[in-house]
Amino acid sequence: MLNVHSIESLGTFDGPGIRLVFFLQGCNFKCLYCANPDTIAFEGGNPYATEDLVAMARRQQPFFGKKGGITVSGGEPLIQAKGLIELFKALKEAGFHTCIDTNGSLLNDDVKELLDYTDLVLLDIKQAQEERHRKLTGRSNARTLAFADYLAQRGKATWIRYVLVPGYSDAEEDLHALGQRLKDMHNVEKLEIQPYHKLGVHKYASLGWEYALSDVPANTAEALLKAKALFQAYVPEVVIN
Amino acid sequence: MFKSGNWQNAIDVRDFVLKNVTPYDGEGEFLCDASARTKHLWQLCLTAISEERANNGVLGIDNEVVSGITSHGPGYIDQEHELIVGLQTDQLLKRAMKPYGGIAVVEKACQEHGLEVSDRVKDIFNNYAKTHNDGVFDVYTPEIRLFRSLGILTGLPDNYARGRIIGDYRRVALYGTDRLIEAKKLDMLGLIGPMTDERIRLREEVAEQIKALGQLRELGAIYGLDLSRPAQSAQEAVQWVYLSYLAAVKEQDGAAMSLGNVSSFLDIYMEHDLQLGLIDENYAQELIDQFVMKLRMVRHLRMDAYNEIFAGDPTWVTEAIGGRLADGRHKVTKTSFRFLQTLYNLGPSPEPNMTILWSNSLPEGFKKFCAQVSIDTSSIQYENDDLMQCTRNSDDYGIACCVSFQEIGKQIQFFGARTNLAKTLLLAINGGRCEMTGKQVLHNIPELKSDLLDLEEVMSNFRLAMKEVGRVYNDAMNIIHYMHDKYYYEKLQMALVDTNPKVNLAYGAAGLSIVADSLSAIKHAKVQVVRNEAGISTDFKIEGDFPCYGNDDDRVDVFAKEIPAYFNKLLKELPTYKNAEPTLSILTITSNVVYGKKTGATPDGRAQGVAFAPGANPMHGRDKSGALASLSSVAKIDYKDSLDGISNTFSIVPKTLGADMEQRKENLVSIMDGYFSKDAHHLNVNVLNREMLEDAMEHPENYPQLTIRVSGYAVNFVRLTRAQQQDVIARSFFETI
Repeated sequence: MLNVHSIESLGTFDGPGIRLVFFLQGCNFKCLYCANPDTIAFEGGNPYATEDLVAMARRQQPFFGKKGGITVSGGEPLIQAKGLIELFKALKEAGFHTCIDTNGSLLNDDVKELLDYTDLVLLDIKQAQEERHRKLTGRSNARTLAFADYLAQRGKATWIRYVLVPGYSDAEEDLHALGQRLKDMHNVEKLEIQPYHKLGVHKYASLGWEYALSDVPANTAEALLKAKALFQAYVPEVVIN
Repeated sequence: MFKSGNWQNAIDVRDFVLKNVTPYDGEGEFLCDASARTKHLWQLCLTAISEERANNGVLGIDNEVVSGITSHGPGYIDQEHELIVGLQTDQLLKRAMKPYGGIAVVEKACQEHGLEVSDRVKDIFNNYAKTHNDGVFDVYTPEIRLFRSLGILTGLPDNYARGRIIGDYRRVALYGTDRLIEAKKLDMLGLIGPMTDERIRLREEVAEQIKALGQLRELGAIYGLDLSRPAQSAQEAVQWVYLSYLAAVKEQDGAAMSLGNVSSFLDIYMEHDLQLGLIDENYAQELIDQFVMKLRMVRHLRMDAYNEIFAGDPTWVTEAIGGRLADGRHKVTKTSFRFLQTLYNLGPSPEPNMTILWSNSLPEGFKKFCAQVSIDTSSIQYENDDLMQCTRNSDDYGIACCVSFQEIGKQIQFFGARTNLAKTLLLAINGGRCEMTGKQVLHNIPELKSDLLDLEEVMSNFRLAMKEVGRVYNDAMNIIHYMHDKYYYEKLQMALVDTNPKVNLAYGAAGLSIVADSLSAIKHAKVQVVRNEAGISTDFKIEGDFPCYGNDDDRVDVFAKEIPAYFNKLLKELPTYKNAEPTLSILTITSNVVYGKKTGATPDGRAQGVAFAPGANPMHGRDKSGALASLSSVAKIDYKDSLDGISNTFSIVPKTLGADMEQRKENLVSIMDGYFSKDAHHLNVNVLNREMLEDAMEHPENYPQLTIRVSGYAVNFVRLTRAQQQDVIARSFFETI
């Protein structure tokens, strides 16, 4: 049983090919720029039985082509790692490609077991520099970085996702700090730069929350390309999503 | 010069293609840009199109001469630059009168553009010659007239030409008119007694066909060409095919006059000339560009009201591209690519209505090229070749009008617009009375026992109503096609089809998504009828949630599957003119807007007057589980129950398909592979931003070629009425953040 916030049948930004994306409810982070703030609270969401989610995947299988599959995102999916083990086990038995989109803040035995059934990890690193990470998320990045090390040690295929927030995570030293962390991780296949956008801002109003980054402008094309060029010195493939 | 086969002994174009076609597995890198000559000609066309738009949509009308195959002298865009010649009249975009469908319509169309039909033509058609329209209305029953006026049956081809018949225009290139006349004369010799109605009629039809072939030869002579013999080069093959099609659109103004599947046939001539070094790729592309340019310039004279059902002045020059042969090879050729390339060389366009016959086993390079063309132009549509081949048993077919299978040269179909199933459901709820006027339409529908709707009771009445509506619809269809054959027979097109072909009677249904959601609401929620003092439903109060069609939810999708199956079964039990085999389409063209206007509030919560979803699409905004769930719902409608086609129009924002062009192409290919492997039938693909359409509404002058797919065809967005534009913009655009 999983607590699901919503389901997207045509995911094209959360892993390779066409993805069926399960957005799980609840997150232990509260990033200032979160585009899905309605997934943060642990209350709400709808319970789904594993077999129903697997049935959904089966129905959608014809659309997956050679690359596509299932991605769980959130919220923070690893909070529900126990339930996910059951789901991913069943999905792997049925031959699906599985993918987790995580902030990497949880690494317990359940998570380790879950990774046995996970083909690809999308690891969101918000900031490689501790102090600036705290400013952006209210937390230390130590766990996320340890998670990255663990993935490297296991050789688990990983894509790094990095939101380029003007003034918060787009300084040259931010980018170099992250590049340094990644350069020897041979399991990292790709780095996805996620442009900062405000498309989720209207959700803050309906939640009655204040949006702290309302003065932050969108990235300039120039800044995105510059970041891409900089990362290319460290990671084999860099894309702008 | 070509590999021999049965095509030499009999009229058998399929055999010629099978023996000689060169399937192409590669990508589009060989393609050429438009030549200087082509660009020059297209510029002249664009100027004429913009004058046409500025002049209320019609550049000129010949109000003196009744159009026929040889009615007009030669017409050119700029003769010395034209590789492929021929216009419908003596001047580009000048429209011609074809009054055999109905003189009143022609008079009205002329008047709407400030002209009068010449006295001579008026005299002939009002006093001496009888038209299709006259014939139909002489015979229509009061019941049919009532159904028509209330909008239960809409868009019937009773005052315009039925179209949909596809001549095998390839035959003229392969055989020349002399050989075709000889073959028809031989058929005639075999048509001996006893002289029943059918036999006499057929003999008269073949005699007409033979005359038409003679006129086609004459049309060639008008342009200094000898069509009596087979084409002997790629240029001639294209020219012969085009003049044959031109003859058809000079004689007829059918709603949809498809071209067929000429591209891979023409490729055989192209390959031959390329191999011998007689032409180069640049010239090959020039031939196709100029051919397509001519097809884009086809016009018919229509009255303004026609625009409600078929918006944007469409001609449906539908060309089927790709697909497989029964022996397992595919039919993608370099000329398949060349046709698609015209959308770059001449820019996007609704015509010709290019339709990709999609099979999961088509070469990847071609699939990706198609996806790219969709992403760049939104001008093409897709149909499931695997499904149609195995269901219809032919690998040599075209698409009639929007979505309908037609075996080329072997089969024809009789077009029948559509009936309004949502309104039929309301008849079932209102004791057989029309909810808009209160008129008694059906006489065998019991009043409901309770206004809290009960699924079984509603279904029982709905089944009775469908049966009655089907009966009246069938009567109308038989009358229409009897009269069309009698007064406006398609003699040239039929001359290019086997004598006595198989006929499909193409019925249609609109409002399926409303019916499915209404039945779902009645079953899964509580629906209370609100009635006026006369006891007619004016609204429905819904308590509770219910699943909506378009979310891959079987609890409601089952209705979308079962209703067409049931209605189709009813239609199949009724007698048909010429023993035609009934087929059903789930298709609306753009009539979904006008149907909405004529239909009261429905039990799914749709308010009176609100537009229907087009074709088999889910209602706007109710498919909330994303694009693929929506596609999966539509895929559940069984093609076997709707053999005339199940139209689905899919609009997606470019970014939702992926971050860059390569990913977008790959993902679109995966979507189509997935959709069609679920045995879905048809897909229109639009890859567009809503903001662009909104801007085009405000500044049409900046978007002269903006093309979008609507139910089964494509239109110039700026030629739609404002209401139709708003309807397009209101529809589901799949977008994710």
